[in-house]
Amino acid sequence: MELVFKRPECLIDIPFHFCPGCHHGIAHRLVAEAIDYFKIREKTIGVASVGCSVFMYDYFNIDVLEAPHGRASAVASGVKRAKKDRIVFTYQGDGDLAAIGIAEVIHTANRGENITIVFANNTVYGMTGGQMAPTTLLGQKTTTSPYGRDFTYDGYPIRMAEMLATLEGSAFVARVAVNNPANLMKAKKAIRKGFQMQMEEMGFSFIEVLLACPTNWGMSALEANRRVEEEMIPYFPLGILKERKMADYL
Amino acid sequence: MPFGMVMKHALDAHSAERSARMWPSECGGRVEDRGAEKILAKGNEAIAMAALDAGCLLYFGYPITPQNDIPEYLSKHLPTLGGEFIQAESEIASINLLLGASATGTRAMTSSSSPGISLMQEGISYMAGSELPCVIINISRSGPGLGGISPSQGDYFQATRGGGHGDYRMIVLAPSTVQEMYDLTFLAFDLSDKYRNPAMILGDALIGQMKEPLIRRRPEKMDLPPKDWALTGARGRNPNRIKSLYLQDGELSEHNWKLYRKYELMKKEEVRFESFKVEDAQLLIAAFGSIARVSKTSAELAREEGMKVGLLRPITLFPFPEQAFHQFSKRVKLFLTVELNTGQMVEDVRLSVDRDAQVYFYGRPPGSLPSPEEVLEEIKKCYRLGQG
Repeated sequence: MELVFKRPECLIDIPFHFCPGCHHGIAHRLVAEAIDYFKIREKTIGVASVGCSVFMYDYFNIDVLEAPHGRASAVASGVKRAKKDRIVFTYQGDGDLAAIGIAEVIHTANRGENITIVFANNTVYGMTGGQMAPTTLLGQKTTTSPYGRDFTYDGYPIRMAEMLATLEGSAFVARVAVNNPANLMKAKKAIRKGFQMQMEEMGFSFIEVLLACPTNWGMSALEANRRVEEEMIPYFPLGILKERKMADYL
Repeated sequence: MPFGMVMKHALDAHSAERSARMWPSECGGRVEDRGAEKILAKGNEAIAMAALDAGCLLYFGYPITPQNDIPEYLSKHLPTLGGEFIQAESEIASINLLLGASATGTRAMTSSSSPGISLMQEGISYMAGSELPCVIINISRSGPGLGGISPSQGDYFQATRGGGHGDYRMIVLAPSTVQEMYDLTFLAFDLSDKYRNPAMILGDALIGQMKEPLIRRRPEKMDLPPKDWALTGARGRNPNRIKSLYLQDGELSEHNWKLYRKYELMKKEEVRFESFKVEDAQLLIAAFGSIARVSKTSAELAREEGMKVGLLRPITLFPFPEQAFHQFSKRVKLFLTVELNTGQMVEDVRLSVDRDAQVYFYGRPPGSLPSPEEVLEEIKKCYRLGQG
């Protein structure tokens, strides 16, 4: 009997700690599958950020470095500059990347650092208990926007993918979701592409993944999954926003 | 002496760059071997030269007065040696780039001045907690806040008391001459690798900007353990992980004791200081860095007037030469701490000396560099107090 589906070699065989219905597990798996697909496990270095993704070193069977909150883009750039022939990626949440780390990610993209960033956008601060994030939608209630996000106080949600796609240094920018099989297949392709671009030395790759956070949205797993489709995707449209066909130094 | 007089750009030290023999550095680039070349160099440039000669081919930094000579020099020379130079978007980015590079087991450096060093404290704390080596150059200027650009020693507390959050220390070396800017940078790389801990060169605007003869010679390479903890890709081994988060029961306190034992070992083995005319001294000046130069001249002037004055100059600010001060204070009961601040190292001097030793303080906050004669007046005052 042929084995057609198994745990990726890149994922350590221990249970995830994520909440039921959380999409981090899916995103982690897609990253692991991409690493397995290119057989680069032994030369990949992951940079973990601060948030629900901080335990990446417990799940991925690769060298992993912990970065201070928001700094993973800069840390990963340092790793890549020191070891150019390794594959370096970060996995950052919306608070980590779009709030405290926004300067670092913009300049990492602008310098065209040849790394891959997976941006986990679930419109809320997960690990710390559900505070407002830069990507929290208007009207969304969080523990620090109890009346719903109001643009007169807190501004509008930031669309990171669109912003980074405007930079010359970005080689591949995409936004995906994992809320249904069709979107999941596109997400798998995009994440794989992000690693491929790095291997081809095309420049900076950025894949924004829309994720559900049932616990901090105060929803059931199914409701949260529906919210991705009904509320998040309209504001954060899916698609490939930039894809360089040729390396810019050629 | 007027501060401006020491900032003349007389010779272009770059003209002294002549490549001779090349040898491969541990990072795969090339390092030029100059034998023992004597050149006229600026303090800041001496640091940059030492970094290259120590095999450091990665530099990340941000412009800030008065240390811009360092990134400027390295931006010119690193690319020619196969190294990497990034002018980052901030000091925050710089220290984190450094964290990443260091985690791969590669020598890397950053430099800044007081306000920028404040921004780096988070990263330094993380690197100490993650046991990562690195070299951080602080060419301190005046504060607090935006302050000014004149020399100051107001960062002593920040440097020696950790500076960032948590229970850690940085190895802190305080050069007093351009030669020491070179030699101690080498030492910083070696000690940092030896102990897997950040190391800082605490200079100031005066010593960074002045030019003196420099003998550019690579010192003996220290015996250092291999970096098998480094992240290089998990081929042929179990994955390595570098982190400072410890959530399991008892893990973090054990980790903190481990760090503590490192610092205790440093205190035992790595103290360095200079003693000048101490043998029969009745008053000892305690000073570090640039003000120690002025104080040394004052000590000589005092000797000419018949006063038995010496100088005890800490070179390692952490580990502080507590034992040296304590030993001397058994015989010498008068100390005069001279600092370019309103009182920082004097606390360590007071903690170190015998109970009945008198520690006086002469402070010159930023922007008012004293002349040797002004320090001499203070020495006379204290000396008389001691005699009476």
